[in-house]
Amino acid sequence: MRQVVGLILLLVLVAFLVSGMLLIHPFGDPSPSDMDDYIIENAQEETGSNSVVASVVFDYRGLDTLGEATILFTAVTGVLLLVRTLKRKEESS
Amino acid sequence: MLSKIVRTVANQLILFILVFGLYVIAHGHLTPGGGFQGGAVVVSGVVMLLVAFNSQELKKSLRERLLTIMESTGALIFAALGFAGLGTVFFYNFLVGSPIFGRIPEPGPNPGDFWTGGFIPLMNFAVGIKVIAGLSAVILAIALFANGEEMEE
Repeated sequence: MRQVVGLILLLVLVAFLVSGMLLIHPFGDPSPSDMDDYIIENAQEETGSNSVVASVVFDYRGLDTLGEATILFTAVTGVLLLVRTLKRKEESS
Repeated sequence: MLSKIVRTVANQLILFILVFGLYVIAHGHLTPGGGFQGGAVVVSGVVMLLVAFNSQELKKSLRERLLTIMESTGALIFAALGFAGLGTVFFYNFLVGSPIFGRIPEPGPNPGDFWTGGFIPLMNFAVGIKVIAGLSAVILAIALFANGEEMEE
């Protein structure tokens, strides 16, 4: 039973990935310059930030930065946990 | 612990490194840089202290509890600012036009006004706090572990 469910999940995942691969835009289409031009022209008025890179990182693509911050948080938590656990194990053994 | 010359120079130099790192964080919406970069600069100063002094000395001033609280606070401020604009969209820059950081610069090259950028400066501060605390905690923990110690006794 578990194997059947796992197989179905695997097939769904493979279908999702393959469909994503097939539906991807061809390289260079749509032209990235459209979004570049929009951001360069409107970033200062819309976000008030002189640094367009900062406005993209924190405003237009803020969700990605949230993921980045989550990665950093997870990395710090993982390192602290790992280092302490190794220490405890050395002491107990 | 390195020689007295190295320790003295590191003591004088850490001030300038901290000021430069905080400058990069605070002016993230005007000049190249931002929270991550400025935080990394500050943490490089912490690494210099770690090299000049040993990790036990640094442990006295950098408490793990304080670093953990700082990092969680930064992450919470960041996420809260993202959720605060949820009336329009997630991560909507709701502070543009408000009295806090709300001024809008004239388009094109301009001298730069600190009170611009909406919530971008606040985000930079949150990320800066987070990066400083997180990377310092990691580096200190690894250094203490290499010496066979633990962060909190």
